[in-house]
Amino acid sequence: MTNEEIPNLTAFDEAALDEAFGVLERQARGDAAALDGEAAVEAYRLHWLGRKQGRLNEVSGRWLKAAPAEAKKALGLRFNALKAVVEQLLEQGAGAGPDGAALAAEVIDITLPGTRRLTGAEHPITKTLNEITSVFAALGYSVGVGPEVETDYYNFECMNFPPGHPARDTQDTLVISNQERKPLRDRLLLRTHTSPVQMRTMELQPPPVRIVIPGKVHRNDAADATHSPIFHQVEGLCVDTNITFSDLKGTLDHAMKALFGSAVKTRFFPSFFPFTEPSADVQISCIFCGGKGCKKCKQSGWIELLGCGMVDPAVFAFAAEKQPAYDPKKVSGFAFGMGVERIAMMKYGVSEIGQFYAGDMRFLGQFA
Amino acid sequence: MKILTKWLRAYLPGLAVDDARLAEDLTLRGIAVEGIYDLDDGNGSLFEMDITTNRVDAMNHYGVAREAAAIYGLALPELSYELPKARQSGQDFPVRIEAESECGRFTARVLRGISIGESRDWFASAEVATYFGLLEQKRISNAVDASNFAWLAMGQPTHTFDLDKIEGGIVVRRARKGERLKTLDGVERVLDAEDLIVADHAKPVGLAGVMGGWDTMITPATTNVLVEAAWFEPMAVRRTARRHGLHTDASHRFERGADFNAGSVASALVTRILLANGGWIEGNLVDVRVAALEGRTAGRAPISLALSEVQRILGTTVDEEGISAATVENVLQALGCELATCGGADREGTAWLVTLPSWRLDLEREIDLIEEVARVYGYNRFANTLPAFGEGLSALPWADSETAVRRTFLAAGFHEAIASTFCSAAEAALTAPQPGLVVPLGNPLSEEAGVLRPSLVPGMLGMIAGNLHRDVSDVRLFELGTVFSGTTERVEERPAAVFGAVGSLPEEGPLHPQRAIDFYDLKGMVEQVLARFQARAVYFDRFPAEAGLTPAWLHPYRAARVAVDGATVGWFGQLHPSEAARRKLHNLKQPALVGELYLDRLYKLALRKPIAREISRFQPVRRDFSLVLLESIGWEKIDQALARLQIPELVDWRVREVFRDERMGAGEYSLLLGTTFQAVDRTLREEELQSFQARVVEAVGRAGARLRS
Repeated sequence: MTNEEIPNLTAFDEAALDEAFGVLERQARGDAAALDGEAAVEAYRLHWLGRKQGRLNEVSGRWLKAAPAEAKKALGLRFNALKAVVEQLLEQGAGAGPDGAALAAEVIDITLPGTRRLTGAEHPITKTLNEITSVFAALGYSVGVGPEVETDYYNFECMNFPPGHPARDTQDTLVISNQERKPLRDRLLLRTHTSPVQMRTMELQPPPVRIVIPGKVHRNDAADATHSPIFHQVEGLCVDTNITFSDLKGTLDHAMKALFGSAVKTRFFPSFFPFTEPSADVQISCIFCGGKGCKKCKQSGWIELLGCGMVDPAVFAFAAEKQPAYDPKKVSGFAFGMGVERIAMMKYGVSEIGQFYAGDMRFLGQFA
Repeated sequence: MKILTKWLRAYLPGLAVDDARLAEDLTLRGIAVEGIYDLDDGNGSLFEMDITTNRVDAMNHYGVAREAAAIYGLALPELSYELPKARQSGQDFPVRIEAESECGRFTARVLRGISIGESRDWFASAEVATYFGLLEQKRISNAVDASNFAWLAMGQPTHTFDLDKIEGGIVVRRARKGERLKTLDGVERVLDAEDLIVADHAKPVGLAGVMGGWDTMITPATTNVLVEAAWFEPMAVRRTARRHGLHTDASHRFERGADFNAGSVASALVTRILLANGGWIEGNLVDVRVAALEGRTAGRAPISLALSEVQRILGTTVDEEGISAATVENVLQALGCELATCGGADREGTAWLVTLPSWRLDLEREIDLIEEVARVYGYNRFANTLPAFGEGLSALPWADSETAVRRTFLAAGFHEAIASTFCSAAEAALTAPQPGLVVPLGNPLSEEAGVLRPSLVPGMLGMIAGNLHRDVSDVRLFELGTVFSGTTERVEERPAAVFGAVGSLPEEGPLHPQRAIDFYDLKGMVEQVLARFQARAVYFDRFPAEAGLTPAWLHPYRAARVAVDGATVGWFGQLHPSEAARRKLHNLKQPALVGELYLDRLYKLALRKPIAREISRFQPVRRDFSLVLLESIGWEKIDQALARLQIPELVDWRVREVFRDERMGAGEYSLLLGTTFQAVDRTLREEELQSFQARVVEAVGRAGARLRS
């Protein structure tokens, strides 16, 4: 720091002033060259701008007072310019921040774990349902829902399960109590599949229809690792003029690729559902081994994933009772349905279906 | 069902493919081979089959052979068995069908001089011993084995009676109420007028199409046999079988439709096997038929099939030719249909009249034939096409609302759960918002699942308890699901949300102390959920315990009702201590918190659309007020007093701190009120601020607060 005393000024002409202020500015710049650390900056500030002992204060005391009136303006201008320079230097010095040692003293252990705001996890079934519905939404499908308590008519009869038909045995049904006195078609039960929403949709809307229906369904099944009396399905329905079996194949092949990756292959097998004809089961190439055969696909290279088929004309006939446009000679369509738990178990490696319904924080937290 | 390829190849000597390929080709045609087991020693393979219930005709060796013949274009010889000449008798064995709408055909053959013992093979390709051995089918006696063999070969149920135990002749009729029959399983059954039976002139001798009777069964002492092969109507058999809780091979077949024409063939097959041990046939085969039922089955009218319809439904194939008239004809003829061309001669106009095979009662309509064409042609030979895009989308009205609610819970650190749809009647009584409107199940899974849940609370409490019992001490769960109310006549479904928490806030880290989640955390979450909707008025209130309005599962003094625009949309708070105790949730460091929202009411509101408002460029001014209040005066009073001031520049007010200390008067507490003043168009002047402060002090004073000195 410059400790040279401020000289007294004897001449106040422009040249003398320039000379005198030039010396001071050089000193100020010289002092500022070595400003490192907060303490040095503060010392510089006091040395030059301090109210009592600051050098500028001394300049103003000695020179300004002594200056003749006609020189005061010129002196004032130079003084302010010098002050601005000092302030700017100070700012630059302060901007350099504390020195390395001071920083080192502030060390923290960055290896300690971070503090996490835990967000909740969407249920894997919801996640899977949403993934499936959005694939079909992208193909122009609307999303529909229907009641979980259904009548026998919607769950069975209009889906072409006539009363007394053996196919009813394959869907063990949970029923509401006290239904015995009612006509069969009005009896209340817990829907065993999402298919009744096909009919509810068609009754409300003439063709064309493209809809996916996610929902909860129930069956009177004993629980085991892969069966639960409560499970979820996604149903789909597409009806228009000229909808063909090859459209069904193409749609589901695309959907499976969108869900499981473009390398996935599909193949279709004849199957039987009362409400579709022709009916098919769809297999995809095993997503674990790529079709080479592994434990998950029982060495077959294929995994069975969903059921589908062309809407049975009998189902259209039921729909036509309320919407005559569902004339099976004029429109055609396909329907499909898939079990959401099965897909979620496969995608996320879940081995016990019951885990989906236990509300175990440790299980659910994995899906955050 | 098990199928031997050795047996199949006996019917189809021209079958060139190996067993693995055969299994694959059958599977791709819907005759699914689930497992292939190599039997060694030139015995071929054993196929474990899984055949859908509509294809009972293929649940036997000849049926599977027919499918293979169709796939490979092979000729399948018809089944027929030559029998020795019968000795004449004076008159035919008397058979009468009384239940004419339920029994379509009854064949009876009398065999005499039969010796019951080990069955013997009678010609090379009907190797009873070999086939039974490979199938691990137990051999019992020639009479039983003969029926089993006919069953395995052609899927036709037959029955053999000890002729000497039959009194008079056979009558097929409905049972009379109270009649008794001991069936082959040794069970004494009381019959009903619903039951279809085979009887003699004195007593029931069998449940028609389900199971034979004990008293007329073949025994080692039997020498004279009556062979029955019949056709019973599916519904009648199903009804009888169900009433008696029986499911037999025979009932399985009859319920799904047996082959009307197969009876005489099966009868001949059984006869051949029995005669291998000696004996003779007496008289003609008695064959009683009901014309009406025959007309509905074997003799049903041909149906028409148009090539254009086949193409309209099936669409594009991988190979360019597509489904041609020749394809249709080849497939259907191989399956036993007879096709007569009708309609136009041009390619597109081709149409046929198709006579249907007696064994395929599942074929009734044009679409059934189209399915057969697709199936045998091969599903995977159709192209993957996409339909043209149709009309616009219609969105679920409340899908966005549900997503908004779900996201808010997730952001608050609650995991989504799915619980049972059912609960016990006791849980329902405790939690139903409308007691009495609880819907019981007729056949519940268990007593604990006896009713449809009227509330999501029972499921949530169960899940909280489940976690704590598994030593998971921090629980934050929510569920969005359906709740049910109503009667067994009419059930209403509504969407609801439930949430529950125990333990600490969803923050995890070593440096900050963990804080227990409390009532206000839940309240904040509820407020955030409600803030997603456009409501005019949201408030929380509490009722005196004696009013009985607070749900019984909540602590009456630590629970709040949530009201939106005057309607109750939910309740939340601390679980009632006695409920906590009952569920062993009472020894926790912090009490369990739980709440339910009636989403149907919330979903009636529009989702709030954020609208940007100008942010003031002028300095805000903060002023805090230290207030002293009586315990009976809640924050709500202060809040309302400040709201009523309607000072536009009073842009925010909030509780900064609430504290109690002994230097204050009895029943008093202190509250630090923070206020913020800001104008959108100017810097506030000191005089203005003074005046605002004075009005604040006056307002809170009127509400019962004084400034702390």
